[in-house]
Order: sequence, then structure tokens, then C-alpha cells
Amino acid sequence: MRRVLICAGTGCVASGSRKVTARLKEELDRQGLAEQIKVVNTGCHGFCEQGPIVIVEPGDIFYCQVQEKDVPDIVAKTLANGEVVDRLLFKEPGSGQAVTRYHDIHFYAKQQRLVLKNCGHIDPENLDEYLAVEGYEGLKRALTTMTREQVIEEVKLSGLRGRGGAGFPTGVKWEFAYNSPGDKKYVVCNADEGDPGAFMDRSILEGDPHAVIEGMLICGYAIGADEGYIYVRAEYPLATHRLRVAIAQATDRGYLGENILGTGFNFKLKIKEGAGAFVCGEETALLTSIEGNRGMPRVRPPFPAVKGIWEKPTNINNVETFANVPVILRKGGSWYASIGTERSKGTKVFALTGKIINTGLAEVPMGITMREIIFDIGGGIQKGKEFKAVQIGGPSGGCLPKELLDLPVDYDSLTQAGAMMGSGGLVVMDETTCMVDVARFFLNFTQKESCGKCTPCREGTKRMLEILTRITEGKGEMTDIERLERLAKVVKNTALCGLGQTAPNPILTTLRYFRDEYEAHINEASCPARVCKELITYWIHQEKCNGCTRCARSCASSAIAGAAKQPHSIDPAKCSKCGVCIEKCRQGAIVKLTGKERQLVKH
Amino acid sequence: MCQCCCSAEPVVDPKAQKLAGVFSKYRGEKGALIPVLQAAQEIYGYLPKEVLESIARELKMPLSKVYGVVTFYAQFHLKPRGRYVIRVCQGTACHVRGASQIMEALQEKLAIKDGETTTDLKFTLESVACLGACGLAPVMMVNDETHGRLTKDVVLKILEQYE
Ligand SMILES: Cc1cc2nc3c(=O)[nH]c(=O)nc-3n(C[C@H](O)[C@H](O)[C@H](O)COP(=O)(O)O)c2cc1C
Ligand code: FES
Repeated sequence: MRRVLICAGTGCVASGSRKVTARLKEELDRQGLAEQIKVVNTGCHGFCEQGPIVIVEPGDIFYCQVQEKDVPDIVAKTLANGEVVDRLLFKEPGSGQAVTRYHDIHFYAKQQRLVLKNCGHIDPENLDEYLAVEGYEGLKRALTTMTREQVIEEVKLSGLRGRGGAGFPTGVKWEFAYNSPGDKKYVVCNADEGDPGAFMDRSILEGDPHAVIEGMLICGYAIGADEGYIYVRAEYPLATHRLRVAIAQATDRGYLGENILGTGFNFKLKIKEGAGAFVCGEETALLTSIEGNRGMPRVRPPFPAVKGIWEKPTNINNVETFANVPVILRKGGSWYASIGTERSKGTKVFALTGKIINTGLAEVPMGITMREIIFDIGGGIQKGKEFKAVQIGGPSGGCLPKELLDLPVDYDSLTQAGAMMGSGGLVVMDETTCMVDVARFFLNFTQKESCGKCTPCREGTKRMLEILTRITEGKGEMTDIERLERLAKVVKNTALCGLGQTAPNPILTTLRYFRDEYEAHINEASCPARVCKELITYWIHQEKCNGCTRCARSCASSAIAGAAKQPHSIDPAKCSKCGVCIEKCRQGAIVKLTGKERQLVKH
Repeated sequence: MCQCCCSAEPVVDPKAQKLAGVFSKYRGEKGALIPVLQAAQEIYGYLPKEVLESIARELKMPLSKVYGVVTFYAQFHLKPRGRYVIRVCQGTACHVRGASQIMEALQEKLAIKDGETTTDLKFTLESVACLGACGLAPVMMVNDETHGRLTKDVVLKILEQYE
């Protein structure tokens, strides 16, 4: 039977995929094809920028940016006659070549999809589709053929490390919880995904929720827990909905609840919705939040494996970590360990965003270089601009320069470079991104999200933000750089939890790799990327301006004057530096001046 | 509705009734405070003082504890909010693709600042850090609908859809 897979993830829904689905069903009904063609709403393909995405099987035909009006063509040509609708095919950036098959697109061809394998290919709200792709086979193997100790050994053998941040070996963590005395234990899934710029956990939950549930069940069996929580971010309503459906179906069919698969193993699972606090992604904060308190972290030890929710031993892992577990149990730990590097095994999902051509989720084997991810999979930098830096690991991570593009991506080399794997967010920056502004952006974030419990983080982030703000406003002094470095080290060494301990990373890495930009801001009142508003002036190149008046008409501050067909000029006193005029100008006559160039305007 | 005490029938407030339903659902459950607050806010649109007081009574905890939790989490609101809540992403991916200009355009158009509500209680404007739709950056959400690939012009057109 032919199947049409329409993505119903957050990204594609925002681009109109629900309308496409409705229209397609209508059209199939009208043409009497509804019986022969199955329409499936899937989870995210991780290529949201190209959404809505529609795949026709068999044939693996990949259509992108499909709108309602394209539906009749898909039905008449592809579904009725097997022809391809060329205009809906994906065009490779650069060559412009149209690609028909999903697996031939560079973005996908270089990936190795273990965790994301089902995302986009099965209906996440239909348990049978999960079962048809070996779903719950890992659980079956664990429960019916292995002891609890053997399960832990298998996970240890796989070399799987936590995908939520620090990269702690998962099997070892399970063993701690297993060894903790007590007859009541919990399993918690961290789906708080607070790192702005990362959305792999959302995609997994939306696209393959049963895989996460299966991973949690296997963990529950291994450590001896009979209850679990999934802590989901408030901003992810669709993921929460899919999880609810999945839990209900799994319970119905005996994969959750009492006497699972007739083995006497019991496990119940609840969803807890977060309430909007980044620090709740930190494990001890998350646990207190589940208990119904202000989500503030506490000192470890005791670790959650010893004292977790309601003082009971608790094992907490990230969404992607759990989603790796079923395949490990199905194919074996040594198979899994054959992928990746010496100390970082398996694959990692990265969220490619920022000034990159192909934004989306890329799952690659550990140890691949940053260059391969950004240029081969990501297609390089937008608008032919120059690559400047990649920010990895979110607010806890760092900015790496182009000299490090050939760095193999694994836990240890990233940490050595001053960044960290974090959740796997990769924000690509080009020459128009100011690194001081980026550091200030992250500090602004961590300062706002600091819970205030410990002084180094509460006060330190505030002071560091003040200094950075001062520099971006051109009011910095050279001693500010030393001050920043000193403060950063103190906060790193003395903060209570990971939030404060890692908050200085964006500053330390930008200082390490882009110190000249700090110095330009301070010594020359110049923002080389022309971003920091206080340091730039908008100016119209008198020879280039043809007096078309487009800029003047679009200026909300009425700062642009000039007669038609005469060169225009901008009144710096009125200009709000919003940038609309630059977008409107077809002559490229409007430029941003910084540093010494600004003296041009004075006379 | 008649609010005086002249009638013999007690006036039943449908919202209070719903809240009572929430209480019975969570009665005796550990860690119920946050889900109860979420449900209450769903019913009332925000968390009025009287509601907080009845939650404290019902869950047998001091009002100060309830208040402490409410003020800790960004999701809870002590003041009425607009019918349409606009959440503009200021996450990293959106930031490098010009999210602050989107925010500025909205502030200008609605004449309110981040975190405020228009006087006609139509729109509330908030910033959030990542809506998980970074591929479509810059992104905003109006109630439960996500809008991506925003520019200033697009944003103003989207606002017109919400009347
Ligand atoms: C401030 C802060 C935020 C965090 N946010 C998350 C998060 O959103 N998701 C996550 O899985 N882990 C997050 N972590 C890491 C968790 O504390 C914890 O290490 C992780 O959930 C363990 O799972 P893993 O071993 O599977 O990685 C965060 C840590 C800190 C310090
Ligand atoms: S950073 Fe805006 S949606 Fe992720």
C-alpha cells in the first residue's frame, strides 16, 4: 500500500502541515483513492526549515515546503501516476540540483540515524507502528532473557554516556541506583530541554515517544524501580500530548502497569509539566520541582542515585539517553560500542541552527569533525558569508573559532577546547555576529535564570553581565577584561550547581578565541561585526543612493530625509538603528559605520 | 449575574466548581502543588489571591509556600493576562537571526513592554528562551500556535489575524 507521510511536528505544523493533511484526505476521498493510500501523520524529520515535509512511500520521494495548493498535483501526478512533481523537490544548496529520494539528500546521507530512525517514519500516536519496527523488543529481551545485572552490564558495555550535559556513563549511573538500598526507587526522564537552540529532545518525544518509554522501562527493571516521571518543559505542548497518548496506549496493551509482559515486573509512569525555569533542568532542582517546591538545586552528594525524589534512590537520565537504550538492548552493547570514538560511543543528535543553510537535526557518529557537520550536512553558511564561530552546548558551552573546525566532536575534546557537548545545540555564527554580544546574550540568560540560592552565581553573573554590557556600549576599560577573567574563574569554581559553574564558559571561550573583538570595543569604540548599537551609525553612501525613497518611506522614526531622485541622508539623532532601511535599499547604499569610520558622519 | 444575597439559591461560580474538581483529582497526591496551580491558572487565566488562599487551605500548606512557588516559576502569573499571549522567542538561534527586532516591532505596535498586557486585555507580550522551533527562527507563539520565519512585516500581519 502506498503511504504518504506528512510531518506533524511543531515546526511543520507552524508551516501549515495540518492544512496539507486535511486537504490531502479530502482530495483522496474525492478521487476515490482513500482506500488505497494511507495518510500518516509522523513526527519531526529534523529538517523543519524545509517544512511542511511530505514523503511518499514506496519510492522514498521527498517533497518540501508543501502547501495546500500543491496537494492536487501530488495526488494527480505522484499518487495516481507515479510521476514526480519537480517543483516540490529539495534543491541542494550550492549546486541547486533537485534530489528525489530522501536518502540521497546530503543533509540525510551523511547522518547515521539510530535514535531518530523512527522520527518522521512512523505515526507516533499509533503503538502498532512502533511495534512493527521492533518496538518493545529491547524490553522483551531484557525482561525475559536477562537478569537485572546483565542489563546493567550490557549498558556499561555499550559505553553510552549521558546526552543531557555532562556525559556521565549511563551504565555506571544505573549501577549506583541499583546498589542503593531501598525497596522504593524512581526513574526520571529529564525532558526539560532548557538550552535555547536545542530541540532534539522535543523531536524525539514528538516523533518516537515509545522509544523513551521503553528506555525508561528497561532502566526501571535494571535498578529495581516501579515508578517513573517524565519532566517535560511547559513550552512543549505537542510533546506532552504525544507522551500522554503513548502512555495510555502502552498501558492498554500491557507494556506499562502491572505484570508487564507477564513477567511480574510493574512500572507506572507519570508526566510532570515544568513551569518555566531553566535551572529545573539541573537534576537536583528538577527533583525538588517534582516534589512541588521552588526548583532550586542542592549540594551533591548525596547524589540522586542515593537520595532522589522523596529521599528515595532515583535514576535520572536525559530523553536522548533513554532513547538510545532500546537499540542497545536489541543489538547488543558491543555492537553499539563499535560506533564512535574510544571514549565517546554511539551517535549524538545535534541541532544545527543560526546562520547555517540547512537548519535541522543531524544525528552523527561521535568523533566526526565540526567541519563535516557544518559544511557537508549543514550545507555551509547562508548568503555566501564567512564562517566565524560555532557556539556549542548552550549557555554552559562555548564559542569555537574556525581554527577548530577540524576538531573531532566528542565529550572530551570539546571540554578541552573550553566548550562542552551540553545538549548538542550548535549555533553557527558568521561575520555579522559580534562575539562580545553573544557572550552578553548568554550571560543575560544565565543571570535571569540564576535561582539566587548561592552567592557566586547570583552576584557573579550580575556583575559579569554589567561589565559585558558596558563593553558593548563602548564604555569598557582594558582592566575590565582582567576583571571578567577573574570573576569568571571564581564563579566557575565556587557556584553551587552546574548553572553557575558553567555560566562563565561563553565569556572564557570568547576571550580565549576572540579577544581582539573585546579590545576593539574597548580601545576603538568599534564593533567589528557592526552589531552593538551604541557603537554604530547608519549612513547613506551619497554616490550610491539613487533617491528611490524606499528607505525614507519605511523608516518608522522618520529619520531619513531627501527629495526624490536625490541622495538621501539619515539623521543620527532620530535613527533608532532598527535596520529596516538596509533591508529595503536595493542599491546597497546604506551601511553601518563603526569606530573611526563614524567620524565621516560628523562633517 | 445576581451577586446579592436575596435569592435562596446559592450562586454557583462555574470556575470555583472546576477548581473543586481539580482539588478532588489531586487529593492525597504527593507533590500536587505545581499541577494544581497549573490547572487553576488554566481555569482563571491567572492566579488571583483568593485562589491561592483556597489552594493553600486545600493542600494544607502555608500561603507563603504557595506564593513562593508561584513567584519562582515564569509560567505563573499573579495579574490578569490578555486573551492572546504572544511569546516571542529570544533563544540563541532566534537571537542571531534578529529576534530582538521582532520584539521591538511588537512592543512598538502594541505600545507595551515585555511582560505587560494591553489595557483592553487583548494581548500579553512575553519573551521566552527557545520554543524548540529553531529551524524556523525567528519564532513566536500566539497562545498555542507557533509562527516562524518572522520579519517585522509578517509579525504585524499575524497580529491582524487575532481579533
Ligand atoms: C543549569 C542546568 C540545566 C540543565 N538542563 C538540562 C536539560 O534541559 N536536559 C537534560 O537532560 N539535562 C540537563 N542538565 C543536566 C542534568 O543535571 C543531568 O546531568 C542530566 O539530566 C543527566 O542525564 P544524562 O546522564 O542522561 O545526561 C542541566 C544541568 C544544569 C546544571
Ligand atoms: S531559539 Fe527560538 S525557537 Fe529555539
